Amino acid sequence: MHVRKIIREIRKVGRYLGNYGKFYREGKTPIVLLTKEENLRNKSVRSGKDLGFWGRQEQRQIRTKMDLNMDLNAPHSMGTTIIGVTYNGGVVLGADSRTSTGMYVANRASDKITQLTDNVYVCRSGSAADSQLVSDYVRYFLHQHTIQLGQPATVKVAANLIRLISYNNKNMLETGLIVGGWDKYEGGKIYGIPLGGTLIEQPFAIGGSGSSYLYGFFDQAWKEGMTKDEAEQLVVKAVSLAIARDGASGGVVRTVVINSEGVTRNFYPGDTLQLWHEELEPQNSLLDILNSPSPEPMNI
Amino acid sequence: MSSIGTGYDLSVTTFSPDGRVFQIEYAAKAVDNSGTVIGIRCKDGIVMGVEKLIASKMMLPGSNRRIHSVNRHSGMAVAGLAADGRQIVARAKSEATNYQSVYGEPIPVKELAERVASYVHLCTLYWWLRPFGCGIILGGYDRDGPQLYMVEPSGISYRYFGAAIGKGKQAAKTEIEKLKLSEMTCREGVIEVAKIIYKVHDEAKDKAFELEMSWVCDESKQQHQKVPDDLLEEAKAAARTALEEMDAD
Repeated sequence: MHVRKIIREIRKVGRYLGNYGKFYREGKTPIVLLTKEENLRNKSVRSGKDLGFWGRQEQRQIRTKMDLNMDLNAPHSMGTTIIGVTYNGGVVLGADSRTSTGMYVANRASDKITQLTDNVYVCRSGSAADSQLVSDYVRYFLHQHTIQLGQPATVKVAANLIRLISYNNKNMLETGLIVGGWDKYEGGKIYGIPLGGTLIEQPFAIGGSGSSYLYGFFDQAWKEGMTKDEAEQLVVKAVSLAIARDGASGGVVRTVVINSEGVTRNFYPGDTLQLWHEELEPQNSLLDILNSPSPEPMNI
Repeated sequence: MSSIGTGYDLSVTTFSPDGRVFQIEYAAKAVDNSGTVIGIRCKDGIVMGVEKLIASKMMLPGSNRRIHSVNRHSGMAVAGLAADGRQIVARAKSEATNYQSVYGEPIPVKELAERVASYVHLCTLYWWLRPFGCGIILGGYDRDGPQLYMVEPSGISYRYFGAAIGKGKQAAKTEIEKLKLSEMTCREGVIEVAKIIYKVHDEAKDKAFELEMSWVCDESKQQHQKVPDDLLEEAKAAARTALEEMDAD
């Protein structure tokens, strides 16, 4: 009896912390922490007899997963497309806006480009929670650093702080980030920090699940010394191509342009994007009905 | 000049009625007893020079260095109690490497000077610690150009274009003020520093001394190093001739 209580307590805490955190978030209890009864129960889960309260709840979750194809306890992940590109005078960061929980789109207009300082922004991909925490910590450290230094922090310092957190907690985190910004010493810079915590300075960087479809595209389309408009158009085109092919990316395209003059945020709704190969014109689409002046009755 | 504390000078945590902390002032006197240390900021870098008084003829020349490198691009010249100076240099080195590993870039000279100054100041706050009996001249070249800082035993730190501490600091300061530093290159600066140190050295009171110099400038690729031997010899020769000319007058 006593042992079971302790195990339950461990599980409550373990849900958030520690090396087993990932298991809990996916709805599984690691074998080492199951009691003998539960282990036996797992074997008889399909029969559904003598399950007790916890057993029945598990049964319900399994049924939901199977019938409705919705695992509501799946971790929020940003199957994503994120891009960072340098141009002559600054950087352009771009991202899609889909946050998914398994197959369900939890947020179709999320903002994946978050601010670290006035002149440095970061594109987040992977686990939504992990990437938010990492950028919150780094924003806090950078704020203190700026006060001590007496001048804006450099992009390199921001990238290094993100790298230290990503690398030292690599067992618990699952997030790929692209740091981009402008400072007066180096100008516009892009740093990619993928899953393990590598820090790599690149003229352009792509990340997220949608980036797999963009490697060839960038090999051909990217060139040194583009103008601001060329760079932004390249980013929007690339994100929209990735959205067309990657199921985990979608929604709108957001861009952030950072240069010596400051920061500009732009927003490209889905219907303004060009249609690619085999994509159909929206017909009887909600977008048309909402955008039209007087809504017509739908014909089915 | 010096007033006896009469009871208010027994601890660094005691103020006197007229608002002075005597222990810190006594620490500054320890600095004034040591050989002169000079630093100047030329238009393309920093030059630092130390009048190293030789205690015994048996010492190997080049030992007991008074100028230390803290980082690739910054160095520190110490005046006063040598052992205290070693402690401060060790702390500065560790601050510099720590900054580099956390922030990923070499520590800016301003930040380094602030950290050294707060460390020195720390030791003036507790009754179980005594203040450091040394003054520091810190010179470095970072992305904002060459910078020169001086840290006193009280923990004060200011940025200078010319600074001097030690026995001959008054005379040295007057000499430095005569120089046109914004137009001087570091090569010329080395010669000038040597001349000043030879000039302020008191032949009567202290017999022998060794001249130790270092620089950080464009010529040394923004790295802190000993002034090259040939330039050092040239400087010493120029300084000796200048002295003789002065004596001849």
